[in-house]
Amino acid sequence: MTSDLLIAAGLGEHARAADPPGDAVARRSSAVRRAALGALRQPGLVLAVVVLGTVVLWAVAPALFTGHSAIDGVPRDKLQAPSAAHIFGTDNLGRDLFARVVYGAGTSLLATTAAVLVGLVVGSFFGLVAGFLRGIVDDAVMRVMDVLLAIPSLLLSLALITALGFGTLNVAVAVGLSSVASFSRVMRAEVITVSTAVYVEAARSSGVRWFTILRRHVLPNASGAVLALSALEFGAAVLAISSLSFLGFGAPPPSPEWGSLVAGGRDYLAVAWWLTSIPGLVVVAVVLSANRVARAFERTGARR
Amino acid sequence: MTRYLATRLLQGLFVLWAAYTLSFLILYLLPGDAAAIQAGGAENGGVDPELVERLRAEYGLDRPLWEQYLTALGRAVALDFGSSTQSGTAATATVAAVLPQTFALAATALPLAVVFGVALAVASTFARWRWLRQALSALPPLGVSVPGFWLGLLLLQVFSFRLQLFPSMGNEGWPSLVLPAVALAIPTGAFIAQILARSLRQTLEQPYIELVRAKGASSARVHFGHALQNAAIPTLTLTGVLVGQLLAGTVVTETVFSRIGVGRLVVSAVNSRDIPVVQTIVVFAALVFVLTSLAVDLLYPLVDRRISAAGASLVSA
Repeated sequence: MTSDLLIAAGLGEHARAADPPGDAVARRSSAVRRAALGALRQPGLVLAVVVLGTVVLWAVAPALFTGHSAIDGVPRDKLQAPSAAHIFGTDNLGRDLFARVVYGAGTSLLATTAAVLVGLVVGSFFGLVAGFLRGIVDDAVMRVMDVLLAIPSLLLSLALITALGFGTLNVAVAVGLSSVASFSRVMRAEVITVSTAVYVEAARSSGVRWFTILRRHVLPNASGAVLALSALEFGAAVLAISSLSFLGFGAPPPSPEWGSLVAGGRDYLAVAWWLTSIPGLVVVAVVLSANRVARAFERTGARR
Repeated sequence: MTRYLATRLLQGLFVLWAAYTLSFLILYLLPGDAAAIQAGGAENGGVDPELVERLRAEYGLDRPLWEQYLTALGRAVALDFGSSTQSGTAATATVAAVLPQTFALAATALPLAVVFGVALAVASTFARWRWLRQALSALPPLGVSVPGFWLGLLLLQVFSFRLQLFPSMGNEGWPSLVLPAVALAIPTGAFIAQILARSLRQTLEQPYIELVRAKGASSARVHFGHALQNAAIPTLTLTGVLVGQLLAGTVVTETVFSRIGVGRLVVSAVNSRDIPVVQTIVVFAALVFVLTSLAVDLLYPLVDRRISAAGASLVSA
């Protein structure tokens, strides 16, 4: 009797996964409408999305936003304060700072995305394995993650950079690997919650193979919290990558990167405030926006 | 109690061993050859293969990995992490030489961060006006989004170049400590404020607070006499992470303010691939984490009388 009920519950789950496409479209459009209404009530969230959207556009098509070159300067125009011609001012070689910030968005965002992806994939994998297999594997993996949490992430990334070498990609990999612990913890917790749910039990008792259970039930239901975490980690990764690039471990000099732009302005602190202040302000705006969006994700996740 | 302490110490030793092993694997297993780098440095460019071979034999890099690891671990137990490839002196001595400077910075910044964080958290729930509470609650998310290096440079610009109140660099006397400590304390304080404010808000909704209010206690008494102690637990649990963050923050802060210390040492060690020094600092950071977590676990019963020392492991787990 109980097993019949369980199977029925499992079937219900399958049925829900395969409902007609028309329904899904209708549901999505109503979700969009609800999101639009909710957005009007949250001007901060709208602003955050606008900031992130702008920066992504900078990264995709920098030439649309500025006519100046990011690499070649006009020596005659060096160290000019922000004005109509150069809205962020110019640096010591006469390069337009706005152009350098816009072109730097590509490198910085690419590195950030790579870092989050590395953390997400590696961390989720270990979390999934630990949470799904349990037992001794779980214990071993989670002890390693505890140790990773004992080492401050910046120091861990620095150790990884020592081994991997310098450059934007290595910095991104190092930052990503040092966020593995938090991803795996969240993934493991979610996987354990989902795999003890009745519908997974039902699927198991009706003879569904473990791989199908993982793919069909566990992964889709556990991924929400992990995706919310990646939004949060995005902000943290922007901070970590700009710090490492400020310390000089990122892209080599002529190419612009947000952290190294700030570092480049260090020698002109007394005469050109804009060289350090403005690129840093862009970083603050991006991190703040990413965190705001992450919080919105968390809330909708909690409501569901 | 002694049994609890013994298990906790064993756990701490395990974390240290694992941190050592992990850093060994990262630093010695990933591509890159310390002997070739050092030989290249000594020869100014061209690498002499004979010298590389001799150095490899000297460092034991030609032996199998597990043998290298066991030898290194045996030495590490005796606090020998090898010698710095930059200076030739023992890595532990190199770190110990600059440790007091970083300790002074962290010991100034930590109380500042705690005072700033707690004050902000309490003010954001305590303030009489709703708009002020909202404005104050917007500050911690802002504080944790600010890059440490940018904050330091901003402080430099205003307080040392414009107003000329504090020196812009160096380690001499307490005035040189003020700006770096503030730069280090603001992000950490904002982190404390964020967690504490959240748990304060949750605690203030508890039925026992309702009861205290109904008995006619003032808002101040509700906050400081009843809510704050219980709300402090989640923040206390994170003390180890917080102190670790502070230590990591010195990497950037010491660079910005050109101070001598562990943070700047690790940057120069990474730059010249001085593996023994990097490893010493990583293990040192793990040691700081272990000691702080242990101290906090022993402190729990004092803060929250619902917890006994033996049960404290439940909270930290």
